[in-house]
Amino acid sequence: MTAKIVRVAAGQGFWGDWLEAPVRQVRGGPIDYLMMDYLAEVTMSIMQKQKSRDPRYGYARDFVPLMERILPDIAAKGIRVTSNAGGVNPRACAEAVRESARKLGLSGRVKIGLVSGDDILPRLDELMGRGHELRDLDTGRPLTDVRDKVLSANAYLGMAPMVEALRRGAQVVITGRVTDTGLTLGPLFHEFGWDVNDWDKVAAGTVAGHIIECGAQSSGGNLLKGWRQVKGLENPGFPIVEASADGSFVVTKHPHTGGVVSVASVTEQLVYEMGDPHTYITPDGVADFTTIQLKQAGKNRVRVSGIRGREKTDKLKVSIAYFYGYKAVGTLVYSWPEAYDKAKAADRILRARLKDLGLEFEQILTEFVGVDATHGPLAGPADPEAPEVQLRVGVRSKDKAAVERFTREIAPLVLTGPPSVTGFAGGRPEVQEVVAYWPALIDRTEIEPFVQVEVLDA
Amino acid sequence: MPESKSKRRATAPATSMLQLRYLAHARSGDKGDTANVGLVALEPEYYPLLVKEVTLSRVKRHFKGMVKGVERFELPNLKALNFLLHGALDGGGTISLKTDAQGKVYSTALLRMEIPVPVALARKLTPRG
Repeated sequence: MTAKIVRVAAGQGFWGDWLEAPVRQVRGGPIDYLMMDYLAEVTMSIMQKQKSRDPRYGYARDFVPLMERILPDIAAKGIRVTSNAGGVNPRACAEAVRESARKLGLSGRVKIGLVSGDDILPRLDELMGRGHELRDLDTGRPLTDVRDKVLSANAYLGMAPMVEALRRGAQVVITGRVTDTGLTLGPLFHEFGWDVNDWDKVAAGTVAGHIIECGAQSSGGNLLKGWRQVKGLENPGFPIVEASADGSFVVTKHPHTGGVVSVASVTEQLVYEMGDPHTYITPDGVADFTTIQLKQAGKNRVRVSGIRGREKTDKLKVSIAYFYGYKAVGTLVYSWPEAYDKAKAADRILRARLKDLGLEFEQILTEFVGVDATHGPLAGPADPEAPEVQLRVGVRSKDKAAVERFTREIAPLVLTGPPSVTGFAGGRPEVQEVVAYWPALIDRTEIEPFVQVEVLDA
Repeated sequence: MPESKSKRRATAPATSMLQLRYLAHARSGDKGDTANVGLVALEPEYYPLLVKEVTLSRVKRHFKGMVKGVERFELPNLKALNFLLHGALDGGGTISLKTDAQGKVYSTALLRMEIPVPVALARKLTPRG
């Protein structure tokens, strides 16, 4: 008998990732699970807004047509799907997928799991009333400071409800704010029957989840080392974890796909968004990234082992989004000769006009794309022979009218400012609402009793 | 002791300044107003050089005026250093007006830094030495 291997494949690294990836993952070779991560820090607030306009919405809507494309494949092959596409309305998302399954004639053949209880927006006042201050982890301010502007509030759930949904036979598990890593941890703990207090196994699954949660970013996409040698990104192979019962795993991708799985590609993903590497905290445990051992184990195969972990904390992270104000960014392009000097002159004129109009901004930020936008002063002096420089000016204010007026001050510079200017065909810049992020902690005991797992028959 | 100083200088191996781009690759990301830069040795044998020369104080000096504070961590298992650059993103996330509001390319700004390396190594790694 060969040792059991569980294959977890990444299908989406963020809401907006390549739509062909999940289809190619289920058709390109054997996999057991397809995990799809949709939620970034402020995604929940966008979804909450959509739900307030229409109670049928509030989830990643492109998940449904995507599932419609792959449901026949996953039903035939027994592949299971884990996804946090449910956003702030996992029930509506699950019902929409159930509808798709029925339309495809899969009634009675696909069970859909639904995890809820992460959404604490309706409970916020009650929680605060009982003394939970939900202080901003970065600034220390109590949530009362912005309570009236809060748009969404969700606790990050771990793998437990995912494991339960899988145990009860769900083939597609749809959740709200379950951690990115929980979407991989759930399948591994379900399949191997690991003890949830085995902290090294929790850490191993967490690292596996972290390596694949950003999709192709660990299999050749956005890879700096030897980027010219990364071939075939027209058809990037998204990463797949082949996990073993001892907690070690191999990262790989399907045959006949582009990109590369190497120690370098996995390492770049491991250090992405890294904090203190000794202490990578998830709801399920704490992983120590300084214990990870990587070894090339064949072409496009990297073996990962040795991972150690520590006990979970008694808090859960809460992701809160609140309305902050407005912003807009305007751009114009100045051409050679003396492109940078022309752009600088335009910026001076624009700022003087804004001041003259008495417009108040919290901030005006000027960048010169092609000179200093990404590296600031480290980029060194501007090239006087640069063929063009883009002037990029951003403003932010609580006052919508001020930002709106700013957007009308860009185009006039074309005929009333320095010469050799172009690149304004896009029209007036758009006024954008700024929804800001407020991370906080809450006692686990306030959340876990409210988490619900349901399994729907298609 | 000027004499012993000059003696030491005479016996120390010759070094020249080399940009980190020839010794390391890097990736960065964000957490709020903090950008991180993971700096990874291009070859395992370069890692001790990174540990010795890419110090907290040098990185602070490199990003002077651009960030409010720096933390440094070592990952010998990955032949990598991780730097947290606090206050680097002009408010961060959705508030920031920067092109690179999420610190995606802060990594390449660190690769501009120059460190002293043995002359022979510098010659080997750069087109014109």
